[in-house]
Amino acid sequence: MFSLALNSLRNRWSTALLAVLAIAMSVALIMSVEKIRRDARSSFTQTVSGTDLIVGARSGAVQLLLYSVFRIGNATNNISWESVEDVMANPAVDWVIPISLGDSHKGFRVLGTSQNYFTHYRYGDKRSIEFAGGQPFDDVFDAVLGADVAAELNYQLGDSIVVAHGTGRVGLVAHENQPFRVSGILKPTGTPVDRAVHVSLEGIEAMHVDWRNGAQVRGAATPADEIRAMNLQPKAVTALMVGLKSRAAVFRVQRAINTYREEPLLAILPGVALQELWNLIRVAEKALQGVSICVVFAGLVNLISVLLAGLNERRREMAVLRSAGARPAHIFRLLCFESVTLTLVGIVAGLVLHYTAMAIGALYIQQNYGLALTWALPNRTDWTILGAILIAGLFAGTIPALQAYRASLSDGLSQRL
Amino acid sequence: MNPTSPMVALNQVRYQWPNGKQPVLSIDDFSIDASERVFLQGPSGSGKTTLLSLIAAVLTPQSGSIHVDGCELNSLRGGQRDQFRVDHIGLVFQQFNLLPFLSVKDNIQLPCRFSKARLAKVTDSGKSLNEETERLLVAMQLSPEKINEVSVSNLSVGQQQRVAVARALIGRPPLIIADEPTSALDSDTREAFIKLLFDEADAAQCAVLFVSHDASLASVFDRKLNLREINSAQIS
Repeated sequence: MFSLALNSLRNRWSTALLAVLAIAMSVALIMSVEKIRRDARSSFTQTVSGTDLIVGARSGAVQLLLYSVFRIGNATNNISWESVEDVMANPAVDWVIPISLGDSHKGFRVLGTSQNYFTHYRYGDKRSIEFAGGQPFDDVFDAVLGADVAAELNYQLGDSIVVAHGTGRVGLVAHENQPFRVSGILKPTGTPVDRAVHVSLEGIEAMHVDWRNGAQVRGAATPADEIRAMNLQPKAVTALMVGLKSRAAVFRVQRAINTYREEPLLAILPGVALQELWNLIRVAEKALQGVSICVVFAGLVNLISVLLAGLNERRREMAVLRSAGARPAHIFRLLCFESVTLTLVGIVAGLVLHYTAMAIGALYIQQNYGLALTWALPNRTDWTILGAILIAGLFAGTIPALQAYRASLSDGLSQRL
Repeated sequence: MNPTSPMVALNQVRYQWPNGKQPVLSIDDFSIDASERVFLQGPSGSGKTTLLSLIAAVLTPQSGSIHVDGCELNSLRGGQRDQFRVDHIGLVFQQFNLLPFLSVKDNIQLPCRFSKARLAKVTDSGKSLNEETERLLVAMQLSPEKINEVSVSNLSVGQQQRVAVARALIGRPPLIIADEPTSALDSDTREAFIKLLFDEADAAQCAVLFVSHDASLASVFDRKLNLREINSAQIS
């Protein structure tokens, strides 16, 4: 029976191929959408861990999370150094990582921070940053590169780099007279850390020594040694990552910061802000999922139409089968088996397409969106989706199968052509 | 099977199409004996195919009874009718009898896939299914190498019809119904075709109901009749 169906399919391979292709495309699309959605989510949640509070100038929680952790968008305002010192003085605070953003190096963000960054920053499953080579910055003009920065710009330890003011990729005024030296290169983390140039807070100040009101002072080129001798205490930072001695104190400290009188500050819990972010993104996610479900639906409709269109020219085949003893139930099963086979082949082809696309696209996505796509077998959600598609394929097959069943009953033995 | 009872017996049969105003068939008494060859003639539209469909248990008459091989067809339901057909009747049509995606062998063996009874008859004779298929091919004057021919569309129409006869005969069903099997053949091959059909029907001891509008073939049959002689329905 099944060999009959397979032989019959092979006989009509070109139309069958169309149906398979339509299903394969929709399967590949829905799998890729699901994959990117999941990986985006996990890559976001993987980016920061072990940080109890993020503090920044007063704005929205999501905005603060985006610019401090994901380096998306810009800060509305800075935090003065006095406020930073006050936060550090809070007895419940264990450690503080200051973050100073606003400069760039060839399209990569420059991040001013302290040694705490290397000892306290955690990502993923509470993993700390590791060095692939070199060491944390020691001097004002030392820089530590994220893995992607070093790889894409082909930098080695000890190379000199020039940092520009502003965050664009090109056309910016370079701080040419204060070259930085690569003191360390980090191991890949799959987070925005990979795409940052880390310098000390003093380094950020040093870059701007000859700058007044956002423009370089004409003719001024203070030698590096002279700059080292200056007081490079930063006046402000962009954000703070705060670790507490006890998580139990988190709401008390958050409240203390949010009600700080000297300056309007905002302290957020990263997890809560992420949740807020998801709520924002969910609409888009749902829309994306909706579109892929529509594509799957279109693929199934195509399957039905291919089978239905083939039915008329197959009436002869049905009549021969009937005259050779096949019952209408056989014909029904034949058509159902056919649609399930087509769907199954479509699913397998779709998976192949999906993994191929992921393998090819992963590098591009990593470079352009900083999103690391992981290679993984389909998980339970995926299997559920694939199972649902298969069942839908079976049901889609019953429509032409019923048609064939009825036709085989009414045609009887007459050979309608 | 009682050898004295007829292979096919129709009694007071009336049939009309679901949307028809009057019966197309009205046969009071018609029978075919076991191993008898009957030539049924009639112009197109006279209800020949309808009669064959009734005997083959595809259609059910509104009234009257039809017995085939001692079995009252009206007592059979849906699937039983299909099973009865494949177990007892070999069918040959005018043209396009074969499935283009099956090999010659698979086409011939098709009824044995659906009928355990016919498969059993083959194996009871001490032959394997392939041996019997080959024997039938030779009997139909087709070279046995053709058995593995992948595409039946490579065969001539005459060869295709002979393959169809081989399929109708495999497993020796007691009744062969042939609905204008020769109309696509030229006159030379027609008679040879009928001779081959009869030789094998003799060997298998089966009755043959042969329908054609070509009266020139009738002479070789045991009995020749015109549908108008037995059908009292008025065809407009």
